[in-house]
Amino acid sequence: MRFSEIKNHLGRFRVGIAGAGGLGSNCAVALARSGIGTIVIADFDIIEEQNLNRQYYFSDQVGMMKTAALKENLSGINPGTNVVAHQKKLDESNITEIFSGCDIIVEAFDSAEMKEMLIETVQTRMPGIPLVVASGLAGWGKNDTIRCRKIDDTLYICGDESSDVTDDLPPMAPRVGIVANMQANVVVEILMGKNKSQ
Amino acid sequence: MKILLNNREEEFPQETISVSELIKVKKFSFRMRIFKINNVLISKEKYDSTFILDGDNVQMLYLMSGG
Repeated sequence: MRFSEIKNHLGRFRVGIAGAGGLGSNCAVALARSGIGTIVIADFDIIEEQNLNRQYYFSDQVGMMKTAALKENLSGINPGTNVVAHQKKLDESNITEIFSGCDIIVEAFDSAEMKEMLIETVQTRMPGIPLVVASGLAGWGKNDTIRCRKIDDTLYICGDESSDVTDDLPPMAPRVGIVANMQANVVVEILMGKNKSQ
Repeated sequence: MKILLNNREEEFPQETISVSELIKVKKFSFRMRIFKINNVLISKEKYDSTFILDGDNVQMLYLMSGG
């Protein structure tokens, strides 16, 4: 299949991304480049200097809301992708509404507690919607430990499932980028196997 | 009973065990985790009252911080 046809197909879908940090911003960029029709992003944070070691933002965007900056960056990359930005902290009460209509959801949080909350909410309240989770990306190196595991048709996990972020094992651009792009790759793979009328 | 645990066949002398017991037996020490039995998510509050039966497909994943 030619890229123009792939892009045309992916343009029919809506993808939700929970969090616009290292995982969310990089995953969104890969999805926009691939031609996803609509990307729904949710985050409440502002960009800090220290985020630039891995997140898809620029130094002149420090101090901006991540959602606003990401929307700006994505439209600069692919103006054809519609970006819906929610400047909100996600919780059990707003997830289903914010991501309603999404064909697939990407978990892109930092904290394990938030990951757990999102998985429980989506898996119980949005049955049938595939969720692509990241777990284990801290540090550097160890390429061969990063993988993608399909739990079932609605749950996929990308990462090494073992390296937790600590002061001595921070998240860094290469491994975070690998996992974020792996998540985007799962999204593309699932959507390429799906039919949807325009 | 024989179950599938993370796609690997495992045998237990008991006829059934709870999720909490499985965690102890397998020494799944890390606290942040997700359990699915036959594709159904089991919330933390139900680890004591959910029992795993012969032939069940059990999936466990650890949730690491970082993103």
